[in-house]
Amino acid sequence: MGREPNRTELGKANRGLIAGLLSVLAPGIGQIYNGQLIKGLILLAVDALGLTYFINNLYHAVWGVWTLGEVSSHMEKINGRTVMVRGDHSIYLLIEGLIVLIAFVLFVLFYVMSVKDAYRVGADRDKGIRPHTFRETLNYLGDRKFGELMLIVPSIGIIFLTVMPIIFMIMLAFTNYSAPEHVPPAKLVDWVGFRTFGNLLTLKTWSRTFVGVGIWTVVWAVIATLTCYFGGILVALLVNQPGIKFKSFWRTVFILPYAIPQVVSILIWKNMFNGQFGPINQYLSYFGLGKLPWLTDPYLAKLTVILVNMWLGIPVSMLLVLGVLTTIPRDLYEAAEVDGASPWQKFRVITMPMILFSTAPILIAQFAGNINNFNVIFLLTGGDPTNGRYQYAGSTDLLVTWLYKLALNNNKYNMASAIGIIIFIVIASFSIINYRRTKSFKEEDMIQ
Amino acid sequence: MSVGRKKKSPVGLFFSYVLLVIIAICCLYPALWTIMASFKPGGSLLGVSLIPKNVTLDHYRELFTSKSFQYGRWYWNTFKIATLSMLLGSALVILTSYSLSRYRFKGRKTILSILLVLGMFPGFMSMIAIYILLLQLDLLNTHIALVLVYSAGAPIGMAFVGKGLFDTIPRSLEEAARIDGATNWMTFRRIMLPLSKPAITYIALLQFTGPWMDFIFARLVLRTKEKWTLAVGLWDMVSNFQNSNFTMFAAGSVLIAIPITILFMFMQRFFVEGLTAGASKG
Repeated sequence: MGREPNRTELGKANRGLIAGLLSVLAPGIGQIYNGQLIKGLILLAVDALGLTYFINNLYHAVWGVWTLGEVSSHMEKINGRTVMVRGDHSIYLLIEGLIVLIAFVLFVLFYVMSVKDAYRVGADRDKGIRPHTFRETLNYLGDRKFGELMLIVPSIGIIFLTVMPIIFMIMLAFTNYSAPEHVPPAKLVDWVGFRTFGNLLTLKTWSRTFVGVGIWTVVWAVIATLTCYFGGILVALLVNQPGIKFKSFWRTVFILPYAIPQVVSILIWKNMFNGQFGPINQYLSYFGLGKLPWLTDPYLAKLTVILVNMWLGIPVSMLLVLGVLTTIPRDLYEAAEVDGASPWQKFRVITMPMILFSTAPILIAQFAGNINNFNVIFLLTGGDPTNGRYQYAGSTDLLVTWLYKLALNNNKYNMASAIGIIIFIVIASFSIINYRRTKSFKEEDMIQ
Repeated sequence: MSVGRKKKSPVGLFFSYVLLVIIAICCLYPALWTIMASFKPGGSLLGVSLIPKNVTLDHYRELFTSKSFQYGRWYWNTFKIATLSMLLGSALVILTSYSLSRYRFKGRKTILSILLVLGMFPGFMSMIAIYILLLQLDLLNTHIALVLVYSAGAPIGMAFVGKGLFDTIPRSLEEAARIDGATNWMTFRRIMLPLSKPAITYIALLQFTGPWMDFIFARLVLRTKEKWTLAVGLWDMVSNFQNSNFTMFAAGSVLIAIPITILFMFMQRFFVEGLTAGASKG
């Protein structure tokens, strides 16, 4: 199988071409012509099903995606009475159209594959190779195509519950789907090209929010990543010092924040930092200090989210670093001691480079993760305190939480999608460089 | 400078211990405080002390009996959703990562890249589309929908971790099996699955704890109180009744956190391995 057909033989007996053409007519016929009856019938059945479906739906789907509906809901006089006539619902049209189109792409793929198959088997017959019986076909699939077969079910899930929604959201960025002007079913939604992006970057109210929230997102991601990373290294070194007893006890205690479900611990912190009743302010007043507005002052709130994030994130870094520390060969240190290196020099020349070397990809991944760190911000401050200069955003809002609020609280779907695309571009550029360098992606066919 | 292992000076060691104790207190305090609060009579945040004067189990009792908090129901919902997502999600992750780790076929690299790129979209980019889709399929406010969303999305983030873990199993084993005439399925079922128990445990645990505590999608899909999961219910308790019902929240948190925390503590090793397998092995 999979051999290139021999051209001179093709000239003599053209079974390959005939089978291929027959399959162009309808997948399955070529296979039946090749003598593969059961396979042919199955393909034919799939084909019939697909064709009836697409004949009925494809035009409407393309029309829907292209125009996003033509009639909005309106009042109409019928028999002297004014009646509300339901118009086209642009968003339903878009999503239904998208599903039909994706299904159609899959159908076309199926079509092409069955034509190719008919052609190949026909060409093999020209060369005197007997076509597979149905049982042989099944065996072949199980033997040689097992890897692909395993991927079928996961792919269907991913295509319809991840790829399709992402395409849908990307498309939304190029429409004017937003409250209060363009929300179906009362009003239609239209394609507007790059206008949403234009508004985001040039309209004063939007661009000010975008720049402000964007800068805070980057600042947050850098600080959150570095504090957790170096905090983790410090704690790991502290635990790992020679002379410290009960190492595994300390380790276990320090992992605890990582083990408690994040949602729970963030909500607990929210209560602990409560400005009026929270225990932290209670302690401050015991010592005669004033209460601090931990979550309500714009600057303090930023500090608070970073502190809480350290509490959540340091254990992970500590675990990683402890793992790396055990892999550093002892003789490196012994050699350094022979040369009279001080503890600081040993750390700087041996420990730190080793840690950096093996955790660099994780560091970048954590940075990307922090840009998208929804939970900490949303559950702890909800983006508050509100900032009067911003559109629908507060002082601690990251781009992602702003996106969430825009979409779910304010129905500014197009703006939310545009921001999502921008976040994606930023994250993607970091991550692709990162992952391409890691073993899990680069190794292939390892020698073991 | 002396050669060999240097002893720390007692002063240095003393300060190290002081630091360790301070960090330990920081780690433990929120948890202890919450546990103590859950036993405190009354509902307020105020006056929680680490050594309680009066201890009561009322809040735990109330969680399961109160009409306004359907905590028992939420617990059951969450458990159901998490378990089903774990079963379905891990199956999908194992299929994907095993195939990508073990087989070489056309388009494999492309699939890896696609998975990578999909993982970079903020998860809730797809929220609105999923919402409308579920609305159309009449699946909104059902637990099945949530299970499907969690499981279908699982291979995207986890396939690389799973692949990294499967990659560490020597090829020679399955080659030997193939020579002995085992089919792909038999090799997978009899040799690879038993060998990759740690990997599968790790994947399954993440597939359980993720849905157990997911907030974003649960809040989006589940519209009525009796369908809620714990994360949504807990969030509602804090944001709507913060001071009056704090102790109930504390009791609720303790009951949610305990099973997961114990799981994590026992499975520490897997989590560390899993964390590093996906990315760091040079």
